[in-house]
Amino acid sequence: MAKVKHKDIKIKRHRTLDDKILYATTDIILVLLLLIVGYPIVYVLSCSFSSGIAVSNGRVILWPVDPSIIGYKLVFAYKTVWTGYANTIFYTVVGTALNMLLSILAAYPLSRPNYQGRKVATMLFTITMMFSAGIIPKYLLMSDLHLIDSRWALILASAISAYNMIIIRTYFRNSIPGELIEAARIDGCSELRTLWSVVLPLSKAVISVVTLYYAVSHWNSYFQAMLYLRDRDLLPLQMILREILNASKINAEDVSDPALLAELAGAADLVKYALIVVSSAPIIAAYPFVQKFFEKGVMIGSVKG
Amino acid sequence: MKTKQATQSAAPSALALQRNRTPFQRFLVRFKKNWQLHLLMLLPIAYILLFYYTPMYGLQIAFRDFKPRAGIWGSEWVGLKHFIEFMSSPKFFTYVYNTLAISLYSVCVSFPIPVILALMLHVSERKVLKKVTQNVAYVPHFISVVVLVGILNQVLNPVSGIVGTFYHMFGGLGIAPDIRANPGTFRHLYVWSGIWQQMGWNTIIYVAALAGVSHELHEAAELDGASRWKRVLNVDLPAILPTVSIMLILRFGSIMSVGYEKVLLMQNDLNLSTSEVISTYVYKVGLAQNRLSFGTAVDLFNSVVNVTLLVTVNAITRKLTSGEQGLF
Repeated sequence: MAKVKHKDIKIKRHRTLDDKILYATTDIILVLLLLIVGYPIVYVLSCSFSSGIAVSNGRVILWPVDPSIIGYKLVFAYKTVWTGYANTIFYTVVGTALNMLLSILAAYPLSRPNYQGRKVATMLFTITMMFSAGIIPKYLLMSDLHLIDSRWALILASAISAYNMIIIRTYFRNSIPGELIEAARIDGCSELRTLWSVVLPLSKAVISVVTLYYAVSHWNSYFQAMLYLRDRDLLPLQMILREILNASKINAEDVSDPALLAELAGAADLVKYALIVVSSAPIIAAYPFVQKFFEKGVMIGSVKG
Repeated sequence: MKTKQATQSAAPSALALQRNRTPFQRFLVRFKKNWQLHLLMLLPIAYILLFYYTPMYGLQIAFRDFKPRAGIWGSEWVGLKHFIEFMSSPKFFTYVYNTLAISLYSVCVSFPIPVILALMLHVSERKVLKKVTQNVAYVPHFISVVVLVGILNQVLNPVSGIVGTFYHMFGGLGIAPDIRANPGTFRHLYVWSGIWQQMGWNTIIYVAALAGVSHELHEAAELDGASRWKRVLNVDLPAILPTVSIMLILRFGSIMSVGYEKVLLMQNDLNLSTSEVISTYVYKVGLAQNRLSFGTAVDLFNSVVNVTLLVTVNAITRKLTSGEQGLF
């Protein structure tokens, strides 16, 4: 609607010099920003597709030098990269599923204006956003629950985020007509049935966005694994990444193929770049699928709940 | 909102019935009406009570000499001993200073940038440029801190990184200086890498608010002869001011908390003098050195300061805007 109007006006408008300067400066700054944000991304990608020696000697500036995919071959020679990848997929899928379950279960009653105890429950959630007991009491609790060195530690340590739950609640409250819910209830639907068959099908936008938020946070988190896990077989990809990125030498035990080990020695930097790409690509690739929902104003409701 | 609620619950027959009941009976009637919703709520509430509120109960170890074997109640009560120890140690000022320096620097620089960027995206009429810039600027948000710091370390590597390459390109001799190992550069690296990563993402909320600016306002201002710049100042900016103020309050509420995740990754032996902040100190002293009570006390001190700041800033904002804005 607004976009059509905009065009009509553009035809009539004649710009003054002031306006021209403003538009020109804005566009120049935007181009500069694009370069500043884009350059490191292109640089990392180019390095990952270059040869080991070109990267170690700093010969890559913009495009790949001696293009090759040897970096990626070497990355997948690490046994730990495979286990890390598998673990991360597990933590992300199971963790996000539980996140969504708990968030929706809490958001639905809280979105209902007549829900008994709405204020108390909202407050219980809001407090967790502003104040937390900190890592040590949390660690002691996890230890009391025998969750240290267990896969479930990473799933259960952050199974709901009040912030994300409130985004869903606000969307339920503002975007789904109360009459619709009332009608479903009068027709004999239970609350669970109403939530499942009436509310959720109308909330695909917010569900996709919040699922993305949760999935990204699981995929990218390393600190909880560092706190709660000792067993190397349970470590998520980010912890493996941290080790490899910090190491200046390659740990021979981590590589399965001895022939590749020799090649790896001269390509430590190349491997790091390839690893950065391999670990970040899946989550960045998920974003475009969810992007269209941002324009549906999911974010606006989240500011003032 | 409130009026809607009032009309719904004040249906005449319900009111007449409710008058004859004791508060407890009224509670029961409502409970019966709500039991299905309570059932849905059961799991999430049980979760936050167990995983968020039980640790709050465990916070009392900050006032005790906690020994895991004795349990919380079996450990001796020592009052403010740990707090006094922390505050009277010479490190106290260093850590508080480091935390505040990073945080204030970050608020001053990284807070206004997304606002300005959103305004520029709003002003620009080149659709393709806008779209491309916006979407490219979102990408870094999805990169993990581990990868971000990894990229930083690689790019700043004096031998293989781009820094070394440029250093030689502009006539530098020998090995380029190692920026990563310099305590003086830590804050700049921390803050500016954060800006690189988040500035695009943080515009979303302002871009959404700007999209809601009524077009009639712009038209009217234009007819009155306002230039585009004047309209930015008098139409666009006021429109996003409520959003900006809420984001600012939120930001101030966490002024004393610099996250440990990124700092821990960026720390090395050479930059510790500027990079050790309260949260990393809590992690090291509490969990790595196993001084559980002392670490909890330091963390609690930090959280209390944060909550106090949040409440104060919120109160001030409410006062300044006569109750119109503010979080709660």
